[in-house]
Amino acid sequence: MQELLTITFVLQTLRITIPYLLPSLGAVYSEKGGVVNIALEGILLSGAFAAAAGTYYTGNVLFGILCGVIAGILISLIHSIITITFKANQIVSGIALNIFAFGFTKFFCKILFGSSSNSERIPGLETLNLPFNPFLLICVLILAVTYFVIYKTKFGLRLRAVGENPEAADSLGINVNSIRYIGVLISGALGGLGGAWLAMDQHSFTDGMSAGRGYIALAAMIIGKWNPLGAAAACLLFGLAESFTLQFQDSGIPTQFIQLLPYVLTIIVLAGFIGKANPPAADGIPYDKKD
Amino acid sequence: MNGKLANLCWESKEDNLVRLNKYIIYTTGPVISIILSLVIGGVLIAVIGQDPFEVYIKLFGETLGNTYGIGQVLFKATPLILTGLSVAFAFRAGLFNIGAEGQLTVGAFASAWAGFTFVSLPWIILIPLCVLAGFLAGAFWAGIAGYLKARFGSHEVINTIMLNFIALAVVSYLVNNVYMVPATIHTPEISPNAVLLRFDIITGLFKGSPFNLSFIIALAACFVIYFLIQKTPFGYRIKTLGFNANAAEYAKMNVKKLTISAMAITGGLAGLGGLNFVNGYKHYFELGFSENAGYVGIAVALIARNNPFAIVVIAVFFGILEYGGLTVNTLVPKEIVTILQGVIILLIITFTKIFDKKIKLKKA
Repeated sequence: MQELLTITFVLQTLRITIPYLLPSLGAVYSEKGGVVNIALEGILLSGAFAAAAGTYYTGNVLFGILCGVIAGILISLIHSIITITFKANQIVSGIALNIFAFGFTKFFCKILFGSSSNSERIPGLETLNLPFNPFLLICVLILAVTYFVIYKTKFGLRLRAVGENPEAADSLGINVNSIRYIGVLISGALGGLGGAWLAMDQHSFTDGMSAGRGYIALAAMIIGKWNPLGAAAACLLFGLAESFTLQFQDSGIPTQFIQLLPYVLTIIVLAGFIGKANPPAADGIPYDKKD
Repeated sequence: MNGKLANLCWESKEDNLVRLNKYIIYTTGPVISIILSLVIGGVLIAVIGQDPFEVYIKLFGETLGNTYGIGQVLFKATPLILTGLSVAFAFRAGLFNIGAEGQLTVGAFASAWAGFTFVSLPWIILIPLCVLAGFLAGAFWAGIAGYLKARFGSHEVINTIMLNFIALAVVSYLVNNVYMVPATIHTPEISPNAVLLRFDIITGLFKGSPFNLSFIIALAACFVIYFLIQKTPFGYRIKTLGFNANAAEYAKMNVKKLTISAMAITGGLAGLGGLNFVNGYKHYFELGFSENAGYVGIAVALIARNNPFAIVVIAVFFGILEYGGLTVNTLVPKEIVTILQGVIILLIITFTKIFDKKIKLKKA
């Protein structure tokens, strides 16, 4: 028990939680507006790569992080154009973007760094092991802002409206498509930021380093019932579980069983065993305006 | 969403002119998408300072220009036919199977398990046993999603995604902690009696390529599914479910049972996809064998509009890309083909929407 309470353990848990939390909050923005964003996996990966490349070429960590965010926004922009403007299937678009991002990052990793599996070492963030590192504070701030924006602002109300009942929102003069665009783009920015964190934390980019975190982020959002605070709690739970296995590697619990925890929980929540899972009513359905 | 996808699928009872028209429209989108993606790929190749024409000539020349290349392409296409068929069958029933990757993984492991466990059986029993094991494992895995949908109404899209990761974790546990041969990362080898022979051994053709008999199993599966859907009462019920679940309910069909059996068949098809690698090529199971075949299968089914025979053609096309990447690796990173795959899928779903809208407008 003593070992659980050490500062290292707490920091390790938070370190693991951050790259779940950021895309998970992103997923909330996207899905509240009615767009399923499976592309978060590819967004994380692209964010990590862009952050590593940006930092490597300028030596400036902040610029690198900005590159990561921009990369995330670009991928989510493609997702929005295809699914909102052209109304194509959101799931297929997301999967295609994940395949694309996986190939694209490896391709340019090879071109820029001479190896398709990892980049050169980058400065990254050295403050990560301090108890009060700025990144962590920013994450908490983003969580609070997300909650506030979605439940207390006019934009949040509109976002929820276009996700629940786009026809009604439309008849009230809300531009359904542009609100949905904003939701998906914010999710891309947050996903890209999460990816940047991965690269900064590891001081390099490695191929496929998102390692399913985009999907876990989606799972956390579902377990958290499409609520930012719920999603954050689920992310923290996953972070704790993972940190626990790292701490007690010889505890006899196979790591694979901890790994599948988020996924099993998601299925249980969706089946309605833990209260009712209520996704936005128009989640996943393109809005086709009837003229 | 699923109802709409099912509507796109291929129908048999139409007069020839309408059919021809439909085929032209159905092929225009994919053809434009493929050409456009090759152009985008070409731009990328040019950006990194290589000659796109040289790369593409090499890519298609070395895949289709000799029997070894063709063998490699057909080898790569084999699991894609099965995962494509799996996704397509689900679409016909109005279900969206994103779980082919996981079903493929558990199926491949089960085929290997049967092959290295019952080593003393003669081939005439052991090979069907491996096939059955792969099918049943995949069927069970997808059946879970079918059951969850039928019993709790929870959507199969999220559940099959989650089951992909659960499959990976479970199989990874079985391989790493239970069955791994020391100093390797794979399971024991299957019995020689479980091996699906390579065509170069049987016929002398496709010299050196791992193209093997599981291709025949994949083709047979296409015929069986075509027959099942078009010619049997069960297929009729599946199609009804796909067009309109409420109509199926009114027609006193057991929608729950139908959903579960549709998912099971879907999963079984994907589960067979492991035979190619396990029984036909390496003769053992190892993680990472699938190379995303489960996800690429979604693209195959969409482009082929769920037609079992078009699936073979599209799977071969993706096979060309996958093997082609390896042939041009000295000029450009082989990931160029992964990029192409992603771009093709994105363009095709976009163009399909645009063209289908045109058809609808014409009708109106």
